[in-house]
Amino acid sequence: MRLPSGIYNVNYAKDMAIIRTGTQWMLFCAFMLFLFTLPLIPGLGSRYSLGMVNVALIYVVAVLGLNILTGLCGQISMGHAAFMAFGAYTSAILMAKLHFAFWISAPIAILFTAMIGLIFGLPALRLKGLYLIMSTLAAQFIITYTLVHIPALTGGGEGMIVPPAQLGDITIDTVNSNYYLIMISAVLATFIAFNISRSQMGRAFMAIRDNDIAAEVMGINLTKYKLMAFTIGCAFAGWAGALWANNSQAISSEQFTLMNSLWFLGMLIVGGQGSVVGAVLGVFFIRFLFELVTILAPFLSEILPGSVSIGSIGQIIFGLVIILFLIFEPRGLNHRWLILKAYYRLWPFAH
Amino acid sequence: MSDIIAITITGILVGCLYGLIALGLVLIFKTTQVFNLAQGEMLLMGTWVTWSFIEFVHLPFWLAIILALIFSALLGIVIERFALRPMLGQSLMSMIMITIGIYSLLRGISLYFWGGPQQTFPQVFPSQGISVFGAPISAHLIIAAIIAVILVIFTYAYFQYTRGGLAMRATAENPMIAQSIGVNVTGAFSRSWALSSMVATMGGVLLGTAMGLSFGLSDIGLKSFPVVMLGGFESIPGVLIAGPIMGLCEFLGAQFLDPLVGGGIGEIIPFVVMLIVLLIKPYGLFGYKIIERV
Repeated sequence: MRLPSGIYNVNYAKDMAIIRTGTQWMLFCAFMLFLFTLPLIPGLGSRYSLGMVNVALIYVVAVLGLNILTGLCGQISMGHAAFMAFGAYTSAILMAKLHFAFWISAPIAILFTAMIGLIFGLPALRLKGLYLIMSTLAAQFIITYTLVHIPALTGGGEGMIVPPAQLGDITIDTVNSNYYLIMISAVLATFIAFNISRSQMGRAFMAIRDNDIAAEVMGINLTKYKLMAFTIGCAFAGWAGALWANNSQAISSEQFTLMNSLWFLGMLIVGGQGSVVGAVLGVFFIRFLFELVTILAPFLSEILPGSVSIGSIGQIIFGLVIILFLIFEPRGLNHRWLILKAYYRLWPFAH
Repeated sequence: MSDIIAITITGILVGCLYGLIALGLVLIFKTTQVFNLAQGEMLLMGTWVTWSFIEFVHLPFWLAIILALIFSALLGIVIERFALRPMLGQSLMSMIMITIGIYSLLRGISLYFWGGPQQTFPQVFPSQGISVFGAPISAHLIIAAIIAVILVIFTYAYFQYTRGGLAMRATAENPMIAQSIGVNVTGAFSRSWALSSMVATMGGVLLGTAMGLSFGLSDIGLKSFPVVMLGGFESIPGVLIAGPIMGLCEFLGAQFLDPLVGGGIGEIIPFVVMLIVLLIKPYGLFGYKIIERV
């Protein structure tokens, strides 16, 4: 690890630290302050844009999970939205039918989704590559179908209403209060994901991703770590689902389609696989593009003849972005971010 | 009883169409080792283009199909040249993601141009029922299935008995060696994409004339994944066996299980079958058994 000039790690605690220098602490505190005061900032803090930020932050939690599963461990999942749906429905059913508090239903949802992930991860013990993708694709369809077809529990195709979470006297049902719940979750998830990626477990995942046979020879238990990747990745999805249920207050299976799963993969590609910063950047980049399309759609439909909507133009742009990123910047936005950091560290020298 | 016979025969006939669509996937995978997730969208696009030629340019049906086939061949070549060619030799993740990119792009374009209501093709095949073993079967479906089977056999013959097909098989075996003995490997790649795109268009038109033209057609592209899985990724005859099996499972399953679960189970039966195939016989009925054990 290259350190900035004049910085020495003189003890283990310092060597392990995520935040190393005074400048980093300052930036970190400023960023935290920014996150906590975001609803107060005019413009950004409006109901509309804060709602967008909420959705993006929930996706951050989900994509961080996908990053562990796909980016770190190399097990491509095309059913991540279905796992998120499972988390959302579990939390919603516990809250609406059994009147659990959110603080109990959300951890149970995480646990259940992790278990479902474990079950659908079992094929990964025998299969890899394309065959595994097919089994996760099957998971996507089977889970969403099952959710729609037990109407007694899930309200069927119309979906269900989710009672808001309570924290003491505060009801978390506004955009603002949801923002704080989601933001704190996203920060926590980022912290956990970052620590997983630099732990022994994360390195085992990366070894499996790069060459599973070599990893096994080195003494990494493939069975254990692959299932672990599925469990942890889906736990994040369940977490995102529980947050989604509380944020949107009404859930239906249309919110968790195959297209959503593909968007998650796209966000991962655009951000850069295997990097926590990349996952966050990717989510915000893609969400920003979609918002841009939503805002511009009314103007575009006056100029362009065809049907202009988030469905058509949004998908065209999403497809183009993925193809262009894969061809011209396969390491994603994270690579740009690293270049920027290196530039700052070395300035005024070139290298 | 005649109900069951009718459903069985319909399932097999629709399965033949699934087989034709799955053939497109096999063509691309066999030659280029790319699994094309955008197959359903290529199908959709080709079918809409055919419809537009009929509806807006007022061409006769056969001319519209020929023009649409030319268009879809060009589409396949363009996709291969500009999206897949730069990615040669990349990881599986990149290959999968690039086809997802194409999927989204084509879907967006189709929605942009034809995002309106469902449309219908003009009547080209007779639609009255024909009695088979006392069960009424739509004549249209029978004709479509026969055309599908003939197309699959023709493609197989092309692969097996022509020089171009031989080049594609050589490329499938080992692109590096094929190139070193003078096979035009990139040409074979282009050809496989063009062929696959044309096959998708044909499948789409055959289905579209029966079911009407909507965005639900691309879901049939998704249903062809289980067919390929069952038949084996590299096997052209495999699709002719796996397609009808899958169609049969879907229709009979829907007939018997729908009352139990409240409808729509036909949509996921292929995927359940696929999961079972994956666990028991991952390389399918006729695929190469080169799957790496983990």
